[in-house]
Amino acid sequence: MSAQARTARRRSLPLTAGCVLVGLVVAVAVVSLFWVPFTPDDTSGDRLMPPGLPHLLGTDKLGRDLLTQLMIGARIALAAGAGSVVLGGVIGLAAGLAAGFATRWLDDVVSALLDILIAFPTLLLAMLVAATQTASLTSAIVAIGLAMSAIVARLTRVLVKRVLAQDYITASRTSGTSWPRVIAEHVLPNIWPTLTVNLALQFGLAVLAEASLSYLGLGAPPPNASWGRMLAEAQASVFIAPVGVIAPGVLIVLLVVGVNLVADGLRDVADPTRRRRRR
Amino acid sequence: MIPPIIEAREAGFAYRRSAPVLADVSVEVTRGRGVALVGESGAGKTTLLRLLLGLAAPTSGSVLFDGAPLALGDKRLMRGFRSSVQTVFQDPYSSLDPRQSVGRIVSEPLRSLGLTAGGPRATRRAEAAERVAAALRAVGLPEDAAARYPHEFSGGQRQRVAIARAIVCEPRVLLADEPVSALDVSTRVRIVDLLAELRETRGLTVVMVSHDLAVVAALCPQVAVLERGRVVEQGDTADVLGSPRHPYTRRLVQSVPRLPARPA
Amino acid sequence: MSLLEVAGLHVRAAGGRDLVSDLSFTVEAGERFGLIGESGSGKSLTALAIMGLLPPGMTASGSVVFDAPGTDRTEVVGAPERRLTRLRGQVTSVVFQEPLTALDPLMRIGRQVAEPLRRRQGLRGRALDKAVLAALEEVRLAEPRRIARAYPHEISGGQRQRVAIAMALACRPALLIADEPTTALDVTVQAEVLALLDGLVAERSMALLFISHDLAVVAGLTDHVLILKDGAAVESGSALDVVNDPRHPYARELVDSARVLDAALDRLKGGGTP
Repeated sequence: MSAQARTARRRSLPLTAGCVLVGLVVAVAVVSLFWVPFTPDDTSGDRLMPPGLPHLLGTDKLGRDLLTQLMIGARIALAAGAGSVVLGGVIGLAAGLAAGFATRWLDDVVSALLDILIAFPTLLLAMLVAATQTASLTSAIVAIGLAMSAIVARLTRVLVKRVLAQDYITASRTSGTSWPRVIAEHVLPNIWPTLTVNLALQFGLAVLAEASLSYLGLGAPPPNASWGRMLAEAQASVFIAPVGVIAPGVLIVLLVVGVNLVADGLRDVADPTRRRRRR
Repeated sequence: MIPPIIEAREAGFAYRRSAPVLADVSVEVTRGRGVALVGESGAGKTTLLRLLLGLAAPTSGSVLFDGAPLALGDKRLMRGFRSSVQTVFQDPYSSLDPRQSVGRIVSEPLRSLGLTAGGPRATRRAEAAERVAAALRAVGLPEDAAARYPHEFSGGQRQRVAIARAIVCEPRVLLADEPVSALDVSTRVRIVDLLAELRETRGLTVVMVSHDLAVVAALCPQVAVLERGRVVEQGDTADVLGSPRHPYTRRLVQSVPRLPARPA
Repeated sequence: MSLLEVAGLHVRAAGGRDLVSDLSFTVEAGERFGLIGESGSGKSLTALAIMGLLPPGMTASGSVVFDAPGTDRTEVVGAPERRLTRLRGQVTSVVFQEPLTALDPLMRIGRQVAEPLRRRQGLRGRALDKAVLAALEEVRLAEPRRIARAYPHEISGGQRQRVAIAMALACRPALLIADEPTTALDVTVQAEVLALLDGLVAERSMALLFISHDLAVVAGLTDHVLILKDGAAVESGSALDVVNDPRHPYARELVDSARVLDAALDRLKGGGTP
């Protein structure tokens, strides 16, 4: 039994590590709501100062405190990632399920629409969304979420079709199970693992997409620093003040890796074939 | 004359704008007189089975259940039909949901058809568990199998799980699609034995699609030979396979690989 | 010298588990040898090991020696890929179970059959076209011209398996390895393909290594059989002896199982009209 316990612990290791990483970012974001060392638009410091006191991580080229910016950036990164994954996930899952179950011609129509949406650059979509309101974090999330929903929908459609071709679906129907229950009991649990891993990947991409959108002025407006825009703005001074590039870069990587570890961990925990070996 | 439980009457099936997959097929399943549907791939066996299972409606003719036309939209009628007619598939790796425990898989018909007696949830649960355990015992699996997952079982054991699911609601007819052809020879014999035993002990009528004439001979008293969507020969298995009349049936019988005769 | 001599063959999985252990047998020129086993017995891995085609991660040890007239004696285990490439096709070739996956779905049949002929026999242009048609005719495909122009999905499973056989035979191998070649086919088609193999092997006095789970099929086609269980040989001998007088308990179980089903058919013959 101890061997089994050990295996179980080893399996949950990525989950634990992922939770620690994501938890760290979440903690920073929560703290930033109540306290930051300086106000984000405080440009009183000297420009491009190295780490020290009172600016623990130094300042950027406008003399703003880097730590403050990073803490607020955590909020924005999480909101961008989670917001667009929820939006893209819900729309994508619904559209994908519909296409997966649809008759031939409806499926063709939906697939064509998805292809168009996927071919549409996220940037253009973001500009369109921003044109209807003002450019903000929300408009960026809507744009990224919409672009993501097409990708999620296409993946869902393929996964659903694959599951529907399995005999256990037919067996379920001949057992008198209604379609909604077939979806809840067999289809969703069986497409979920692949979908979660993909959504985690999309989370990372969304964080990066938000970064590039705000760099172009299509995301959260200043002084709400996003990690991606910090990265872009600090590029020019990378040799003078390397921390300005390294800090947001490392944080983006940690968050993305963390989310992926959580997704992998959740998948393994939910999968009976990984949970126990054949006796 | 006993009325048939399921009957296909001049049933046909065609996809839109294409040649019919099935034409004018009449097959009767009466109690204790299981029918084997024999033929090659593309002969329409599986389509016919889908019609008999109420998974698709014939595009011409009709399918009757206890003398009444099978209305796929009629929920009450279909519930009665589903609890009387259950199925077993060819591939035991595809027919069991890998994410559900065996207990949950086997109890699905009970849950979906609401077949446990009323009462509080706990009583219903206990009754379902008892019936699942009985079904597992009937197919020769240990009771603790209910807590395990499909991947922990071999192909033959998985097929037993699938059979347990099919018999848990005490159906009258078992429609099996190539139930043993994905299994090894020795396992195949054991599953054929199991089906024969269930037929005897539970009065189960076994309808089977198979290309394996030996299995057909062992399990079904009647046979219908299909070729390109039509029944070319039909009757008692001993007559049809023992002295085939139609050239196609003859070719089928002759093609079965046989062991060299044992020297006297 | 034997055409194929397998001695002390082991196939090991990445984890170090033996999938085939200490397997030894020989196939003489022109001999028909049957390898019988259920799923997981290691019979297909044995075929792959003989061809030097084991999937990555698996290793073979022991000895697999080909000694065909007109070529050098070749030890397959540990041989460099270049040497094995020459062996495949010229000395031995394989027909697999699933003819649909064995053929390239995007290439016309004619071009696929032409490929080995062009590479091994150096045929070009007209001569190559003629050789392709001849190869298709040889496996008794009616309308070879139409088949040559067709894509794999446009012809039936039986026709595809005939094409696969034509490709395997294109280079006149001394040994044909057939791994469950008829398992995916309908019974009547299986009978035809088996008859075709039987005829071709006899015509060319080619050796045949036939791998199957089906005792009746193997016994009908081969002279000598070997029964594998969990990667080890449990019984070998002449096909008739093994089928009629199996010694090992597992061999007996296999034969008995096959006899049970066979007997069900025999009873029908006796029965007739009641």
